Amino acid sequence: MAGEERRKERLDRGIKARSEGLYAISSWREVGYLLAPRAGLIVVLLLAPLVVPSLYWQRVLGLAGVYALLALSFDFLAERVGLVCIGGAFMIGVGGYVSGVLNFYFGLPVALTIPVGTLGGAMICTLLWLPCLPLRGIYFAVVTFMFPFLATSVILAGGFFRGTEGLSPIAGFPNIWVAVYLILVIVLLAIFGLRRLCGEDIGIVLAGIKDNDQAVLASGINLTRVKVYALFIGTLMGCFAGAFVAHFFGFVGLSLFAVDFSIMPIAACIMGGPGTMAGPVVGAFILAPLSELLRGFGQLRVVLYCAVLVAFILFKPEGLLNWAARKYHQFEHWVKV
Amino acid sequence: MSEEKGALIKVRHLSKSFGGVKAVSNVSFDLLEGEVLGVIGPNGSGKTTLVNIITGFLKPDAGEVVFKGKRITGLPPYKVADLGVARTFQIVRPYLSLKSYKNLIVPLWSPRARRFAGSRGGDRDAVAIDLLEEVGFERDAYVPYKLASALPLGYLKRLELARCLALRPEVIICDEVFSGLSMSEIASMLPLIERLRMKGATLIMVEHRLRELFRVAHKVLMLDFGEKIAEGEPEQVMQDERVKGAYLGEEIEL
Repeated sequence: MAGEERRKERLDRGIKARSEGLYAISSWREVGYLLAPRAGLIVVLLLAPLVVPSLYWQRVLGLAGVYALLALSFDFLAERVGLVCIGGAFMIGVGGYVSGVLNFYFGLPVALTIPVGTLGGAMICTLLWLPCLPLRGIYFAVVTFMFPFLATSVILAGGFFRGTEGLSPIAGFPNIWVAVYLILVIVLLAIFGLRRLCGEDIGIVLAGIKDNDQAVLASGINLTRVKVYALFIGTLMGCFAGAFVAHFFGFVGLSLFAVDFSIMPIAACIMGGPGTMAGPVVGAFILAPLSELLRGFGQLRVVLYCAVLVAFILFKPEGLLNWAARKYHQFEHWVKV
Repeated sequence: MSEEKGALIKVRHLSKSFGGVKAVSNVSFDLLEGEVLGVIGPNGSGKTTLVNIITGFLKPDAGEVVFKGKRITGLPPYKVADLGVARTFQIVRPYLSLKSYKNLIVPLWSPRARRFAGSRGGDRDAVAIDLLEEVGFERDAYVPYKLASALPLGYLKRLELARCLALRPEVIICDEVFSGLSMSEIASMLPLIERLRMKGATLIMVEHRLRELFRVAHKVLMLDFGEKIAEGEPEQVMQDERVKGAYLGEEIEL
């Protein structure tokens, strides 16, 4: 049509406006509108282990949960605090080694090694990254990315924890159901916990750090201390995933520092929708099974993450969840200009 | 007018160089309680560097800043702010992704603001909106609820001021609050400063807009090439030959 231009107009659905604020609880329809996406996520995640065909795919789900926690951690730190931390592999490694060592050398039970591995690992990661906290943006990213390589070299050179051979056997979970539901429930708690945290005043301060850290400093707030809190929360999730992986595989070794754990969360985050918390989880639960299907290609799978990353950055930078939220909250139609 | 109250801030022999450039050299002055001190000078004369040193964003090469008898040179910026010396930035630093009133949650969350928070301490949103109304954000037009990225510069400058006020500061250092504003925006900013002055606030105003500054300043300090070349009442400073020289150039014999 020559000379006639059209553009897409988007309008909020009436129900979106009606369900903002406290009045939403006055009607079941509005309550349902608010609850549906949240309940949907919970139900799908909790039903997934029952639906998948085999033990193999249940294990894939468990691994997807691990990636989901890493993606959450990345999303929280990068999008809500402005600390672009791509040291997921380091968190996995530290969390895994702490709980693995406790189990292998001291014979502590899983119920104890996972909490200790989570808290202790998070403390170790936070302390080691503390000197890097004044760095911003890409510089912090580069330094955190190097840490897993550093750890690998130290373990190799020193022959600590049986070097390349690794620690095996590590006690496993009683059965696959416990393992899968443990990680899924933790993922769900982490999503909703983080979303709550980001809505609180401390979350606003964290967002302020991302937007303008000098202004936060001028507001009489100890910037480093607040960043440490955030980093501790972020690494807590990564180290839990690490401790989980150690017992899930029954093995602790250098493979815990694999670069996949650092790269894949970024791809999941970009794909799912940066800054949405639930988006990266969705991304991880799509990418991890996809990557399993391509297991035959070996290391070439990293190419998959990169392809997804590039494709989403180029064609859908908002990510799946932001796109879906728009469809859910608004209707679109074409208007003549 | 307030000699008996004593100096709130004493600046002594401050110097700071960047490479070979002396940004601030051997500057000393006193700031009395309830006083509005204007700092003027041509571009690059070291005004903002002086502000950055006082507020801890830069470490001086020599000299010291004493606030209420306590040496504050070398303290990190957040501690200086925590003691009660708040500043605005010449280039505004809002949190663009947040709503205007949420911008003020950050200073209201700070330890200093929480020490002052009374019965409404828990409801920081309400305090923030009141503060914004105080600096002229029209609540009826929902301006406090707008994203900071949607605000024009005039509002952002006032948001900077509100960020300082949220800390209940003892000294406010305004780094060029009028620069870049249109005449009508200046007309809405000036009453804010005048009102602060009436309430007895202690201010340091770094400014290029002399006409507005002289309406509020008790005392003016003139910097040129980092050195203090004049200090005194506004009219007196403007009669100074060196001040005229720095702004307009020396008179030469032909």
